[in-house]
Amino acid sequence: MTGFIDDAPLYLAGLVTTITVSVSGIAIAFLLGIVLAAALRSRVRPTSLVVRAYVEFARGAPLALVLFLLYYGGPQFGLLLSPYVAGIVGLGVYGAGPFAEIFRAGLNAVPKGEREAADMLGLTRGQCLLHVELPQALRLTLPPCMGQAIALLKESAVLSVITLGELTKVAGTISSITFAVVTPYLTIALLYWALVEILSRLGRVLERRFAVKGS
Amino acid sequence: MEKTVAHIWPALLDGLTTTMTISLAALLLGAPLALLLATAGRGGRGIRALAGIYLSFWRGTPILVQLLIIFYILPFLGLELDPIVAAIVALALNTAAFQSEIYRAGLQAIPKGEIEAAKMLGLSTRTIFLHIEAPQAFRTMLPALVGEMQALVKNSSLVSVIAVTDLTRRAQQVAASTFRPLDAYASALILYVAVGMLLAGVGLLIERRLSHRSEGQ
Repeated sequence: MTGFIDDAPLYLAGLVTTITVSVSGIAIAFLLGIVLAAALRSRVRPTSLVVRAYVEFARGAPLALVLFLLYYGGPQFGLLLSPYVAGIVGLGVYGAGPFAEIFRAGLNAVPKGEREAADMLGLTRGQCLLHVELPQALRLTLPPCMGQAIALLKESAVLSVITLGELTKVAGTISSITFAVVTPYLTIALLYWALVEILSRLGRVLERRFAVKGS
Repeated sequence: MEKTVAHIWPALLDGLTTTMTISLAALLLGAPLALLLATAGRGGRGIRALAGIYLSFWRGTPILVQLLIIFYILPFLGLELDPIVAAIVALALNTAAFQSEIYRAGLQAIPKGEIEAAKMLGLSTRTIFLHIEAPQAFRTMLPALVGEMQALVKNSSLVSVIAVTDLTRRAQQVAASTFRPLDAYASALILYVAVGMLLAGVGLLIERRLSHRSEGQ
């Protein structure tokens, strides 16, 4: 029987994979969310309608199916992805919808007068978005953004269904070797819990750092 | 013989029925536990600490891991249950942690004055809860509860991992038998999204009903 210490390198490798795919997936979701939010506010009707449909669609789609579609369905139209890439892309496109909704609300919360002022000063709409509205929106939406990041970190466990060797997959591998089924899963549950705790503490630190004075 | 898309629908719809059954059962089973958790703050320190640990675990770990723990732990407790029961239990324990937050917020939103007034009138705690707190809280909580049901339908796709033949599992089977994974998974995805939208629509309908009634009073 292999001991707990012998399995430590496996857990560590899983942990590293979980962290890298989560961070990459969250980064893609975050950036894509900003682009989608800007498109949602677009004055070009077709653009905002298409993006609205995408956001609504992404909201109802389970991550497991998004991953199956990318990883197993992809080859049917010539898209061959490694589990690693499919996992990151899947997490990114899956998470972008909620991020877009968060940023849309954040952008709407920026007073209209600011855009009018920026307009008067001769800033283009793009410049206004990038330098006036977005920085304020990001600050306002920090708490929901952290919540969404934590949700995606937890969802990354689903990446095990496309055979990606992250924490959950590692627990499955260890339990199939050692026949100890409960311990590996309780171990990774603890690791996930620690990651979530670290992320939420980080969120609180950032919130304090970027708190809007006088509010 | 190659099967066409039309052939895959009966299997997928059968899976959808299982998905909906599991989600609804988990939502209803989780509700009483959620209510207990939501009112744990009114209890002693020990109860509050226990509730805190419970919430921390079920909110802070992935649902897939929770599901696997429940699935593997039940036989240890001498319970040889059908995977579908394990799936419902796991999802119910999970949703209880999230529903409790909804109930807590809903109960908090009721003006304290109303409860004080009811107490003055000599109503029992039970009567106050059932006739004053619960009906009002339900209306404010409805949108969040619909959201939780939508989340449950999505989350229930993970039960395919423990071989429950829900919509996702059915899609996998269809993909394997037809060699057309794209069609199978895209069809299943559309069904999930459609159900989510349907739930949102039903939620709006009930909401409108309830607000009409309260205006009429």
